[in-house]
Amino acid sequence: MSVLIFIELDNGSVKKTSLEAVAYGAEVARLTGTTATVLALGKADAAELERIGNFGATKVLHAADEKLSHENSLAYADVLAQAVEKENSKIIIISKSGLGDAVAARASAKLKAGIVSGVTDLPVINGGFSVKRSIYTGKAFSVVEIKSDIKILVVKKNAIEATEGSGTATVETFTPVLRDSDFLASVGQIEKASSELSLTEADIIVSGGRGMKGPENWQPLLDFAKSLGAATGCSKPVSDLDWRPHHEHIGQTGIKVAPNLYIACGISGAIQHLAGVNGSKYIVVINKDPEAPFFKAADYGIVGDIFEVLPKLTKAVQDLK
Amino acid sequence: MLCLHTIYVFLYIRHNKFILKKIITNDWCITFKFEIILLTEFKGYTSATSCHTMKILVCITNVPDTTAKITFTDNDTKLNKAGVQYIIGPYDDYALARAVELKEQLGGSVTVLHVGEADADPQIRKALAIGADDAIRVNTDPVDSYYTAVQIAHIASENKYDLILMGRESIDFNSGVVHGLVGEMLGIPSYSPVMKLEINGTTATIAREIDGGKETLTASLPLVLGCQEPISEWKIPNMRGIMTARTKPLVVAEPVSVEEMTTPEKFSLPAPKGACKMIPASEAETLIKLLRTEAKVL
Ligand SMILES: Cc1cc2nc3c(=O)[nH]c(=O)nc-3n(C[C@H](O)[C@H](O)[C@H](O)COP(=O)(O)OP(=O)(O)OC[C@H]3O[C@@H](n4cnc5c(N)ncnc54)[C@H](O)[C@@H]3O)c2cc1C
Repeated sequence: MSVLIFIELDNGSVKKTSLEAVAYGAEVARLTGTTATVLALGKADAAELERIGNFGATKVLHAADEKLSHENSLAYADVLAQAVEKENSKIIIISKSGLGDAVAARASAKLKAGIVSGVTDLPVINGGFSVKRSIYTGKAFSVVEIKSDIKILVVKKNAIEATEGSGTATVETFTPVLRDSDFLASVGQIEKASSELSLTEADIIVSGGRGMKGPENWQPLLDFAKSLGAATGCSKPVSDLDWRPHHEHIGQTGIKVAPNLYIACGISGAIQHLAGVNGSKYIVVINKDPEAPFFKAADYGIVGDIFEVLPKLTKAVQDLK
Repeated sequence: MLCLHTIYVFLYIRHNKFILKKIITNDWCITFKFEIILLTEFKGYTSATSCHTMKILVCITNVPDTTAKITFTDNDTKLNKAGVQYIIGPYDDYALARAVELKEQLGGSVTVLHVGEADADPQIRKALAIGADDAIRVNTDPVDSYYTAVQIAHIASENKYDLILMGRESIDFNSGVVHGLVGEMLGIPSYSPVMKLEINGTTATIAREIDGGKETLTASLPLVLGCQEPISEWKIPNMRGIMTARTKPLVVAEPVSVEEMTTPEKFSLPAPKGACKMIPASEAETLIKLLRTEAKVL
């Protein structure tokens, strides 16, 4: 009956958003009087799997088959369904991402499980089982009751404060049946900026808009981001113009981010851009136009020329250290 | 190619009755195919490959414009539609644009599918004006992703599309799960978010966004794909498109019944944002101090 948490691994390490999902799942287990089990697929560092215990799970099922090391939502959903059966789980927790949604969707159809994606808070369990979710790209919330026997919750970043405590999780080898039909697609080229911090995982994001004037002007922004240990993002026109790679595009039609700190440089703050950042804890806006709509959504603002302000900020951060 | 069409005889069970669904005849190639579809069981989906041209289904959502101000009525249980402009979901619009390009390139047909009520008809007509050949609307107010996916899978299993395209997510509920649900219900692969799609015979080459980059895949049709830019560019209907769209078929189908999985209870709005603290550009370094001492994020 344990709560089952599906986690994502990146080159053997557990993703930060997945650790949050573990903490969330452990809390749901506490609320429902059961334990939390984690499902880890493919290559994983032993120490990383043990560390999961610090976030409240007591068991890790590890399916180490090499075939599972490469992201494959079809196979992952199959294995997840088998783990659900093995554990007789009724609640499945997955952190929200492209992969998380795909795995949750296919598992939902396999298990005839009600699915709610974009969960922002712990469930309310009193007779029924209700969850709060983000809708209209962060412009509103909805409370939804899940009625099915098996329930799948796809949880947004920051739905719970995940602090690392101390605890132990026993790691168990899990050998699911892998179906050939899940491995028919042939994977070609993978282009991944491995040295870069991923936008969905980052605590701080520095983002540039058309106010940066051209790709050749990005260095001061990159320097500032580096001083903060921040990931870099951009507005849609910037990626449309190929000033920055597409995976940096933030907003309604791009990535939705929820860092602790979002710093917008030369971005006007169109509603479609705001839709991608309204989950941020703090927003800083730097823009030369005092009327830029972004200031209305910001916590701190500087009206000024980005190319004069950025070097000062970088220096101030370096002076802190 | 000698055979242009296939004859299908669809038999399916609804309310425990056998219904003869559809017979299309053609004098070149005669194949009979019998299949029994049980309400929500669609496994064994194959698209009729060798004997026909490409059939594409594009599923579109009908959603408030991205600039719409969201408020609720009826004690926060309904969206306040007053003054809200509706559009084809922006991601679905990319899927539609790519489908029309593939049809221009390879021949075949593009069918638009919407699961929803009649107020979506102007958006469906717009999709026809952009270049889809016909449309199906499943006449219902969908309760959740699962419900919507069952309706799509049902229509797909009747008509055997080679490609089922849709946006990576709807911009009203942002779930991003319908493509995966439909794929699993039909027992075929689903991929998302797809930012590049080329078709060669019965093989698709796909570029998919992954965390911090992209990956290229090749897979055999049939497939379900959740699309996003830059798979194509949004198309604006031209005058000829708008004129012909008026007479293109829009079939209204009734929904199949689905067990209840989730029920929405109440909507709410986020707490209003406090005032923005302004820092003079000449004292920019103060910002860093405040972020450390006040916001405590550095
Ligand atoms: C359906 C739809 C979906 C969309 N999705 C997205 C999305 O996902 N993400 C997104 O970002 N956009 C999206 N857009 C586009 C959006 O509407 C805006 O056009 C876009 O966000 C504007 O980008 P920007 O702020 O970089 O550019 P601009 O609006 O051109 O703003 C540039 C800003 O830089 C400032 N500036 C200029 N020079 C300087 C300087 N030297 N110093 C300081 N400031 C300076 C200007 O004052 C201005 O405010 C979408 C639009 C539609 C219709």
